[in-house]
Amino acid sequence: MIHFDRVSKRYDQGHDALREISVSIDRDELVFLTGHSGAGKSTLLRLIMLMERPSRGQLVVDGKNLASVGRRGIPAHRRDIGVVFQNHQLLFDRTVFDNVALPLVIAGYDHREVGRRVRAALDKVGLLSREQAMPVALSGGEQQRVGIARAVVGKPRILLADEPTGNLDPALSAEIMTLFEDFNQVGVTVLIASHDLALISRLRHRIITLSEGRLVTGGEL
Amino acid sequence: MIGPNKREGASQSRARLSDHYQAWLRHHRLSAADSLHRVLDTPLASILTWLVIGIAMALPVGLNVALDNVSRLSTGWDSPAQISLFLVESVDLDGARKLEKELSQREDISEVTLVSRDEALEEFRQLSGFADVLDSLEQNPLPHLLLVTPEQAELPEQAEQLRQSLEEPPQVAQAVLDMAWLQRLNSLMELSRRLVLAIGGLLVFGVILILGNTIRLAIENRRDEIVIVKLVGGSNPFVRRPFLYTGLWYGVGGGACAALLVSLSLWFLQGAVGPLAVLYESEFQLQGLGLMGGLNLLILGGLLGLAGAWVAVTRHLSSIEPR
Repeated sequence: MIHFDRVSKRYDQGHDALREISVSIDRDELVFLTGHSGAGKSTLLRLIMLMERPSRGQLVVDGKNLASVGRRGIPAHRRDIGVVFQNHQLLFDRTVFDNVALPLVIAGYDHREVGRRVRAALDKVGLLSREQAMPVALSGGEQQRVGIARAVVGKPRILLADEPTGNLDPALSAEIMTLFEDFNQVGVTVLIASHDLALISRLRHRIITLSEGRLVTGGEL
Repeated sequence: MIGPNKREGASQSRARLSDHYQAWLRHHRLSAADSLHRVLDTPLASILTWLVIGIAMALPVGLNVALDNVSRLSTGWDSPAQISLFLVESVDLDGARKLEKELSQREDISEVTLVSRDEALEEFRQLSGFADVLDSLEQNPLPHLLLVTPEQAELPEQAEQLRQSLEEPPQVAQAVLDMAWLQRLNSLMELSRRLVLAIGGLLVFGVILILGNTIRLAIENRRDEIVIVKLVGGSNPFVRRPFLYTGLWYGVGGGACAALLVSLSLWFLQGAVGPLAVLYESEFQLQGLGLMGGLNLLILGGLLGLAGAWVAVTRHLSSIEPR
């Protein structure tokens, strides 16, 4: 589903964020991505959703060589991937419902379909009763779940998460991870960047470890 | 990708063409309504923007309406141009009468008056006070004169054409059209029109800049939202649309303001013009924008709004990318 073939990323300042990374992630897999901050976790995720372009190497996502996706193709590419951000990236002047509905509105679904899907997604993350709440009225864990609902509402085949449990206590973190496992169960390829080694090592999934932009473990199956 | 367990989501994330059109239409409706809401949600700021645009548009439009009225007024004056035909000395009174008859049958001439050389001399004698001098002349130095009133000479060019054609008959020595004042007025109007055009051009440019700046601020205010929308797959046209509609609403509102301002000032002026027209026994009435003029202002405002928004959007939107 996601194939890195000797991918390097060097930023303009000359900093090497990724060096010769080769990683394959299969369909239906749940993989953790770990390493110290600055090891290149975020860069790897950013490459997949085309927020950055690789300096060298090839990246194939969902059968599509990303080098062939032009500027105009980026939005469509991003619509096929669900992303959960560490800082949630919610619209604070819109209700929970509107936040979750955003990807569907962008994709142009009619409002009945939007309503149906948004409620299903909110139900899945346990926030159905808060659909008319504003994000500021929610706790950190609830905000993160809104972010997750928004990431999965379009039924993407790939779900990326960047430190989804970054600011949460262990119990909430475990709850969030269980949610990701549930999505993985129904066939979504999940890639989670996290430095919470204690949590992810308990979960028995493949762990890719990066260090200073190099792959340390977990590159192949 | 194509496997036995291909899920529903995969096919639904690729909508068909007609669905695309529906989605496009739906988003236009949504953007239009949403931007209108945003404009109306901040009434004070919006009214100020509308007024600024309205005043900028009302100035040239108002001047133009005033010029139209002046030109209507000047053509409404009676016999704007009378042409005097001085006949050749060899033409006698019968010859002059014959020419008078001929000319008065022409369609482009409404009236011909013959002033014979004797009548002219008599009139001159009475009015000029040179009776003694004239009496000492052995013969009358004045030629017969025909005063021709054109049927219609709204344009000085028409009057001039008629004058030239009247000079053609051999009996006529000279045809004189007293239209210097008309030409002066006309060139003055032409100058004013160009001035209005120049002012209008400058103000149109100004309106586009004002709107561009307003939209730029709106974009800055919603920077975070734009980043998020782009993160979850919003395309540039998708992000652009609400701002174009915002520009449209500001522009249309500004056009309405301009129409209102012009109508108000005309109504204000009519109070003074009415009694003046009565004094001159004229039925002159100020002519306003009319319904079409008002509609045109709305459309023009809308177009300017779109143009301003487009300038702002192309300059500022593409630079906002998720980092």
